[in-house]
Amino acid sequence: MDAAIELDGLRRAYGDRVALRDVSITVPAGETLVVLGPNGAGKTTLLRVLATLLRPSAGNAAVLGCELPRSAWRLRGRLGYLGHDPLLYRDLTVAENLRFHARLHGLEADADTRATSLLDHVGMGRRRDELVRNLSAGMAQRVAVCRTLLHEPELLLLDEPHAHLDPEAADLVEPLLGPAAGRTRVVVTHDPQRGLAAADRALVLGHGGAVAYRGPAREISPADLRGIYGGEPA
Amino acid sequence: MSAGEPSAREPTPARRAFAAILAKDLRVELRTLESIPAMALFSVATFILFRYGLDRTSLDGSLAAGVLLATLLFAAVLAINRLFVAELEQGGFDAIRLAPVDGSALFAAKAAALVVYLLALELVAVPAFAFFFLDSWAGLGPLCLVLVLVDLGLAATGTLISSMAINSRARDLLVPLILLPLLVPLMIAAAGAAQPLLAAGGPGYEDFGQWLGVLTLYDAIFALVAYAVYDFVLED
Repeated sequence: MDAAIELDGLRRAYGDRVALRDVSITVPAGETLVVLGPNGAGKTTLLRVLATLLRPSAGNAAVLGCELPRSAWRLRGRLGYLGHDPLLYRDLTVAENLRFHARLHGLEADADTRATSLLDHVGMGRRRDELVRNLSAGMAQRVAVCRTLLHEPELLLLDEPHAHLDPEAADLVEPLLGPAAGRTRVVVTHDPQRGLAAADRALVLGHGGAVAYRGPAREISPADLRGIYGGEPA
Repeated sequence: MSAGEPSAREPTPARRAFAAILAKDLRVELRTLESIPAMALFSVATFILFRYGLDRTSLDGSLAAGVLLATLLFAAVLAINRLFVAELEQGGFDAIRLAPVDGSALFAAKAAALVVYLLALELVAVPAFAFFFLDSWAGLGPLCLVLVLVDLGLAATGTLISSMAINSRARDLLVPLILLPLLVPLMIAAAGAAQPLLAAGGPGYEDFGQWLGVLTLYDAIFALVAYAVYDFVLED
């Protein structure tokens, strides 16, 4: 099976502070990688590097067969990135935001139909004409899920995708974002049980961005899990 | 690492991306009225200050050109400072970088939005200036051509500098500090072209074509520089 993600000695630093240190892992296409670790371990940095929003400082990285950062432009439009920020304009309505993203991705007229279908799926169909600034954080997150999926990406990069969502909303988005959708996924989460249950592989980052565990998700031990959140931030 | 690289997703045509970003910016401005009313109020208030500060009810020549152009320039800085705030605070930069869109489409759309803001400002500011200071309005027609060329230069340079400074906490300070020196040639040429148009005895046209040529050259140089470097400016 082709590798969707290949990282070899990946490092990312912000000035003197190292956020990711010697990260190496391969994720075959169609599989899910869950990324665990305490606050400040570099999980979001890893996701932003994979999304081409940050350049690696050293090491090799290839995503969907494209070397980073050299061929980052080839990845544009092929990734679905759901980060801490919903990437929605507060002074546009839900529908206007999705239409804007559809036009950025060069989608044709049927994008409106697809946007409507996604909004209905996450229970936001009746809010399509509301300004995003009037939505709660959970509602904005549901719209952000639609924005992430609108252009039918090959690879999903999800940073705490259930943040702000109540259990009912989490159940609504799960069929869209979950492993059943069949896409390659990288999921950053602070919920190890839920994350590991839906993952094929796990990457655990410790303080300072060093790899504490990498391997099959089902083989991660309770001791590994307990050790994840211990210690002081680097 | 993988041996062969797959082909990229079809890029969004630059014209389409440009239209999408420009339409979004204009819609947000119409809805929030964050930039244009502030620029217009600033310019009218500045004309009032000049009127009573200089204790003159009429201006002409170089003084008239200086008052008008300096006021428009500082009003433009207000909008230039805010040009990328929404992209920074609401994730627009990330959204655009994740889409198959060339950076130059973002530059062109932002510059075009700034030109629209400046034209809207001038619809208010130039009649106000004429009302406060001009005995004859005959030079205003050709002055519009000068102002359009000034707007293009302000938009090209301002968009480039604003996007470079946006990630800095001191952007409100950095933009004028970097931008104003770069605009000196533009202001010299604009004043050279406007001064005879606002002369006391009616508009004159000495060296008018030459100054328009300098303005056009300035606009072209900064537009080309911005186009060439803009993808690098957007990198982290």
